Amino acid sequence: MARIEDLKFTHRLFMRSYQFRRVDWSPGAHLGKPLSQAKFVLVTTAALHLPQQAAFDHGIRGGDCSFRELPGNVDVRNLEIAHRSSAFDQSGATKDRNLVFPLDRFGGLVREKQLGALNHRHFSFMGSITAPARLISETAPAVAKLLQQDQVDAAFLVPV
Amino acid sequence: MCNQSVGLIASVIEKAGIPTVCLSLLREVAEKVRPPRALFVPFQHGYPLGEPGRPDLQHAIIGHALDLLTSAEALPILTDFKVHS
Repeated sequence: MARIEDLKFTHRLFMRSYQFRRVDWSPGAHLGKPLSQAKFVLVTTAALHLPQQAAFDHGIRGGDCSFRELPGNVDVRNLEIAHRSSAFDQSGATKDRNLVFPLDRFGGLVREKQLGALNHRHFSFMGSITAPARLISETAPAVAKLLQQDQVDAAFLVPV
Repeated sequence: MCNQSVGLIASVIEKAGIPTVCLSLLREVAEKVRPPRALFVPFQHGYPLGEPGRPDLQHAIIGHALDLLTSAEALPILTDFKVHS
């Protein structure tokens, strides 16, 4: 398991002094149907984007809180990876995007009727956000609203 | 910071009434951010689904995570994925 102690010295120092945020989600939501009838969405923070979409902006102080919509029928091999961080090794995701955005795996589960359906769109953020105020107040709520509109039943989220 | 970002996004989506489950590569961060449901995976950063080209392992991780969505356990649920060789 990755531990803060395993990170590079500069990352470790930062993480030790950083005040992590929390959002009150109580009392929590519950899946009101079996997995085999539920519609799922994937959310990745690997900064994946379509070639024709603008890449995430590494120049924004505190991190880029924006998101990209990824179509449900995308070929994951065509997705670009905009994440550039010395905190992790990108070579695995370069070989297999499912490592950070398991769309093919979820598609298989739907075909096997273990899951009900996949949403027609999924969402990508660039996770290296140290100042998440706008993420909490604007962009994550915007995605939540889209998921409500899409009548999504459950969300599966993947960091890198 | 990906682990904080995922936890915060999950919390916001959950607050909107949609149940969430997230993977986490750093237990210490998930314990601080406390998303509703998190599966700790024993892999290095950049490898949340284990290994490239290993659908079997990726399915095992996804299956364990999805089990948290139907668990009757009180929230938050923070649990570990165990690799079976």
